[in-house]
Amino acid sequence: MKTLLDTATNANMARRSFLRYAGVGAAAATGVLAMASCSKHHDDVNLNNTIDIGTGDIGILNYAYALEQLEAAFYLQVALTPYSGITVQETSLLTDIRDHEVGHREFFKAALSANAIVGLTPDFSSIDFSNRTKVLAAAQAFEDTGVSAYNGAGYLIQNVDYLLLAGKIVSVEARHAAYIRNLVSYGSFADNTILDTNAMDKQQTIAQVLTIANTYLKTKVSASAFNYIP
Amino acid sequence: MNLSGIIEEIEKVDPEFQDRISPRRDAIKNMTGFGSKIAIAALPFALNALFKKAYGQTPSAAVLTTLNIALRLEYFEAAFYKTGLAATGLTIPAADRTSILAPISAHEAAHVTFLKTVLGANALAAPSDTSYDFTAGNTFPTVFSNYDIFLAVAETLEDTGVRAYKGQAGVLLKEQVYLTAALNIHSVEARHASAVRYLRRTRGANIKPWITSTATLGNDTTLSAVDGNYAGENLSVQATVDITKLPGATAGSTISLSAATEAFDEPLTTAQVVALVTPFGVKFS
Repeated sequence: MKTLLDTATNANMARRSFLRYAGVGAAAATGVLAMASCSKHHDDVNLNNTIDIGTGDIGILNYAYALEQLEAAFYLQVALTPYSGITVQETSLLTDIRDHEVGHREFFKAALSANAIVGLTPDFSSIDFSNRTKVLAAAQAFEDTGVSAYNGAGYLIQNVDYLLLAGKIVSVEARHAAYIRNLVSYGSFADNTILDTNAMDKQQTIAQVLTIANTYLKTKVSASAFNYIP
Repeated sequence: MNLSGIIEEIEKVDPEFQDRISPRRDAIKNMTGFGSKIAIAALPFALNALFKKAYGQTPSAAVLTTLNIALRLEYFEAAFYKTGLAATGLTIPAADRTSILAPISAHEAAHVTFLKTVLGANALAAPSDTSYDFTAGNTFPTVFSNYDIFLAVAETLEDTGVRAYKGQAGVLLKEQVYLTAALNIHSVEARHASAVRYLRRTRGANIKPWITSTATLGNDTTLSAVDGNYAGENLSVQATVDITKLPGATAGSTISLSAATEAFDEPLTTAQVVALVTPFGVKFS
C-alpha cells in the first residue's frame, strides 16, 4: 500500500484521498483492524503540516494519546511554575493529576509503540500560569474536553479491549474535572453548564475536540480519516 | 457520521475528489477488504442501514439487558439519596446538601427518567423506595443517622456505579446511540464519586477524589465491609503494560503504584455487581 502511494505523482493528495476514504470504510467494515497496519508510520503523512492520527482504532488511540500529551504537558507546567497562592492541598492533588496524565501519556506511547504519533509541542502562551483563576479555568476546560472527547469517540472503537481501556481512563478524567470544577466554584462539579437536561455529559466529535486542542499546540493535529483537517 | 456529509466535506477541500477517487478504487478495494467494486458501490447503502440500525431500531436483547441493569442501579441510587436527604435522623450541613448531595440526587432521578424513556415498554418497573435495605443487612446500621457513614456508603455506591457501567461497555460496542448515552452517564457517576470523595476529604477522611489502591487492596474508603466493591481496583498492568515501569513526571522517576492505580478505574462484571447490590435489596429476577 505504501509503495503504491509513494509512486503516485502527488503522493500527498493521494494519501489524503486514501485516508478520507479509509475513514468511511472504518465506519462500515468489520475488518477494520486489518486496516490498522496502513496507519503504521502514518505520522510521515503530512497534511497541511499537521500530524495525522491515522485510521481505525489506531487513529482513536492516537487521538487519545494526543490529548493526554497535551494534558500532561499542561500539568507538568503547573507543577513547575505553581500559581500564586496555591495551597498545600491543591499542590498535592494537582501533582496527583499530573502523574495520572503522564501515566496515560506514557501508557498510550508504550501501547501504540511504532504506531504512535510523534511527541507534540504544546503552545500555552495564552495561559497565565501565575494566575490561579486562569490556570484552573484552563484545567477545567482540558478535563471537560477530555471527558467529552472519550465519550464522543467511544462508539468508533472496534476492539472491545480498547473500548474498555478508554472507559478506564475517561472516568478518571471525569474525577479530575469534578475536582477542578469544585475548586473553581464549589458545587459546579456536574452543573448545568456542562451536563444536559438528562444530567448526562455531552460528547464531542473528534473535529470539535481537535479544533480546541490545536489552539494549544504548535504542531497541529489532524484526523483526516475522521473528517477533520485544520 | 454521515456519508453524504463526509463526501461534501471531502469535496470542499478536494474539488477533484470524484476524479481522484475513481482510479484508486482497486487500491481501496484491496485495502479495506471489500471484495469487489460492487461492494464499494454498495457502501452508501450499507452505511445507511448502519445509521438506521443505530438510530431507529429496537435495541437488541443484550442491549436491553444492559440498559435494565443500569436502570436498576439508577433506581437504587435515586432512592438512596431521596431517602437519605429526607431522613430526619441524618444531620446534613446545609452547604453539603445544596452544593453536592441535592444535585447528585436530582441527577440520579434524571438518569432514571432517561433510561425509562429509552427502554419504553421494556423498562423494569420502579421498586418502591421502601423495598431497599440501605443498611445492607445491618452492615451499615447507621447509614441514615451517621453522616460520615452515609457519605462513605454514597462514595461506595458511586464508585460501584462507575465500575458497573464500565463493565457493560463491551455489550454496547459500536452501538453509537446506546454506548454514547451510557458513557455520558458513566462519566457523570465518576463526577459524583469525585465530589463525594472530596467532601469526605474536607471532613478529614484520608480520601482523594480518585481511588488510591495499594498492591494488595483496591479499597481506599476505610470501610472494610466494602472491599468487594473495590476488588481489582489495585490493577497496575494495563494491556500488558506495567504502568509502574513507565517514565514518571520527573527525570529518572517512574509512575508510582498509587498514581498507576488512581489513573485507571477498573470494571465490574455483571455477576460482581449483582452480588454487591443484592444485600441492599436490589432484585435481578
